[in-house]
Amino acid sequence: MTDFLMVLFIYIGIYSIASLGLNLIVGYTGLLSLCQAAFVAIGAYTTAIIMTSTGLSFWWVLPVAGITASLSGLLIGIPTLRLKGDYLAIATLGFGEIVKNLIINWDSVTKGPMGINGIPAVNLFGIKLTILDKLPWMLIIWGFVFITYYLVRRIVRSRIGRALEAIREDEIAASSMGINTAKYKIGAFITGSFFAGIAGGLYAAYTQAVAPNTFDFMMSVMILCMIVLGGLGRNIAAVAGAVIIVLAEFTPRLLGISNIIPPQLNQILFGLILVMMMIYRPQGLIGRKKINYAAIVKKEILNLEK
Amino acid sequence: MNLFNIPANELLQHILNGLTLGAIYSLIALGYTMVYGILKFINFAHGEIFMLGAYSGYYLYYYLCTPDQGGSWVMISFILSVLFAMILSAVIGMLIERIAYRPLRRAPRLAPLLSAIGVSIILMNLAALAFGTEPKNFSYPFDNSVINMGTTSITPNQIMILAVGLIMMAGLKLFVDRTKLGKAMRATSQNQNVASLMGINVNVIISLTFAIGSALAAVAGVLIAMEYKVYPSMGQMAGLKAFIAAVVGGIGNISGAMIGGILLGLLETFGVVILGIPQGMKDTIAFSVLIIILLVKPSGILIRNIREKV
Repeated sequence: MTDFLMVLFIYIGIYSIASLGLNLIVGYTGLLSLCQAAFVAIGAYTTAIIMTSTGLSFWWVLPVAGITASLSGLLIGIPTLRLKGDYLAIATLGFGEIVKNLIINWDSVTKGPMGINGIPAVNLFGIKLTILDKLPWMLIIWGFVFITYYLVRRIVRSRIGRALEAIREDEIAASSMGINTAKYKIGAFITGSFFAGIAGGLYAAYTQAVAPNTFDFMMSVMILCMIVLGGLGRNIAAVAGAVIIVLAEFTPRLLGISNIIPPQLNQILFGLILVMMMIYRPQGLIGRKKINYAAIVKKEILNLEK
Repeated sequence: MNLFNIPANELLQHILNGLTLGAIYSLIALGYTMVYGILKFINFAHGEIFMLGAYSGYYLYYYLCTPDQGGSWVMISFILSVLFAMILSAVIGMLIERIAYRPLRRAPRLAPLLSAIGVSIILMNLAALAFGTEPKNFSYPFDNSVINMGTTSITPNQIMILAVGLIMMAGLKLFVDRTKLGKAMRATSQNQNVASLMGINVNVIISLTFAIGSALAAVAGVLIAMEYKVYPSMGQMAGLKAFIAAVVGGIGNISGAMIGGILLGLLETFGVVILGIPQGMKDTIAFSVLIIILLVKPSGILIRNIREKV
């Protein structure tokens, strides 16, 4: 039972890092990205390939995984800069499919649909950590969650964060206030995909195996669901969303009743979450309510008139 | 003259295949472009309506007849199933709009988009639960043996796809350009508020737009089902590519969607033949086209670039 809980917390941690990254892109900057899974995949495969072929230490490979993912974020960020919400969504969706196609077809490097197995165990102070060492893994991964949380918090509470939120609210107004929207949008993409890459690297090192089908469109939707459910543009909400969605997704699988409950039911649940949250609670479960300045001004005027 | 080192007869063959594929993309793209023209958002669930159209056609067709017997009843029941698929899809399209999109019409831009993704996932998985995930074979209602025309060959189904596609698109163009309802649709897409002041019931027009777009997608679904079988995720890739076709032609523009679809069909066929792109990477062509068109001419090939004003 404790093992089971620890595995759950490991997955919650990995997904939290990815969803904190996505929240920066979608929640704070208002750019709908549907390829977070592709960035996670790039991070995971970078880790897997480097560790199996060179035997470099994981602690050197992990930053490389993050940087590779953020370079691909830059790659998708530059052409899609000029795109508005909907076009961007499609372009990122397409990018996600291209990455998956590449991984499946580039046999010589990625081992194709079979994926890469036998990634060497991570060495921590001379102790080899395998998939069975759940407690150390949980601690390591939650360490990364706290670092990510802290970094993202520092970003969004700074001038940069205010610029990102201004872009989300009104891009034209933001640029007329002197915000270089292109720079900040690309920056959001790079940072968000960096964290996705870190999440992917941790995933690869923990499970010691990667396969292309893990990182499909549904994974992107799951991460998106997490931030929508928790509340767009709030960091603690992204983590809370990850807790709920991972519990919903993995509990049947880990209890071994996933053959009784078909996986489609889970996905229908995610779809319902997206639709229902948008209609009934767009600010998410613990999101901030938007301040309606127009209403406040109106009320004040009415008060003055009295 | 020998372009790209392809014999002339093969060139004709590839053009024909590309046109058939393109006609299907066009039919689906029309739904995206019409909805975008009026509501300014991408109906992500459109690909799933295409899939449901194929399924509903399939089930009525096999309920009414056993296609292997042949004869005129098979043809009649095929036509009936196409009509049934169109009507059912139109109803589903209108329901989706009513339930998932209408409450969000005044919400921020991100909201209907996320809702549409949700609807798409729900429909795809419901179909997988209800109909099973294994692909279902949709037999031709006629003898689909290849007709040889000199060195080029064409199948009766290709002829049907081209003919039906042409008729549907011409009909839609006439409807939008010449009828009063079409005029109301154009007015609504220009400015909803002013249109409603002119006595147009905007909600009815939006429902009608969803109905027409969905019916066209259903036709495309049945037509393609005979070539590639019916399965729950068939709408995902087809929907994405049709959307790309709509963007290529200039989203919101009906003629643009038709031309964009044909163009994308030809590009995909020739990408495999000329550039030697492996079959597994075929889908990459469409996405590269999307990114290039968005970089070079984001408003599409038919529309002038318009700068957004405050």
